[in-house]
Amino acid sequence: MTFRKYLVLAGVTVFAAAGDSMLSHGMKQTGNISLHHLQSVILAVRNPWVAVGIVLLLAFFASYMNALSWADLTYVLPATSLGYVLLALVAKFALHEQVSPMRWIGIALITGGVGFVAGGPSLTSHEHGEKSPLLAKDARNGAPDVEVEPTISGVER
Amino acid sequence: MKSLYTWAAIVAVASASVVGDILLAHAMKQVGDVHALWRRSGLFTVVGRILGNRNFFLGVTAMAVAFFSLLFALSWGDVSLVAPAAASLTFIGNAFAAKIFLHEKVDRRRWIAAVLVAAGVALVAG
Repeated sequence: MTFRKYLVLAGVTVFAAAGDSMLSHGMKQTGNISLHHLQSVILAVRNPWVAVGIVLLLAFFASYMNALSWADLTYVLPATSLGYVLLALVAKFALHEQVSPMRWIGIALITGGVGFVAGGPSLTSHEHGEKSPLLAKDARNGAPDVEVEPTISGVER
Repeated sequence: MKSLYTWAAIVAVASASVVGDILLAHAMKQVGDVHALWRRSGLFTVVGRILGNRNFFLGVTAMAVAFFSLLFALSWGDVSLVAPAAASLTFIGNAFAAKIFLHEKVDRRRWIAAVLVAAGVALVAG
């Protein structure tokens, strides 16, 4: 894991949390949208909070795809759930909202789960490269800029 | 009856999300490490390879289905039930699906993590 990869994972977490909260803030200003008037969803984009929220969620999607290109799905997903922890901390310390004990327990569980995954290898699939011709070709070319994680060789820690 | 509909919608949301996540993860593994690819061949090659991947489009479609099922689920059930239940089910479903379809080594460490995070998400979002 390089510093840049940690940055990408941080991007996944932060963009998802920030995008979701901006969307939710904007949609509350827009008001209820009935299922029979779905076209009013399009008009909601004119709300600046909603617009910024969508841009942030696009950034989330880009970093999520980036992370999935070099790490397992079961490695990346806990990172996305860290967003809930981030939101609760922002609610508590920036917005001075009340965070219930149940939520604190939930935050502790998520943090513990992320700790479990983060301690292990980031990529366990494709250790022989046979599942993905592209990956196998890259590895054979031995391009010097290809970062080969020690765990790619299938060594299970 | 209403709760049956709600749970059916929750399962639909979770299934569509799992299918979408698996397809997207598979697509990006086919594309390869985008950092290395970008440095070697430039941004356009990266974007071209992603947009030219069939699994990527199927994955995005599944995500869209998940999003609209979520809208329907929310119109039948409470946010405080639907959101955490769907998120937790997606989490557990992804761990199973990643092991079966992506051949990821979901060892004991990752199972514990999946259960902890699913429980935590249910508590935080509930």
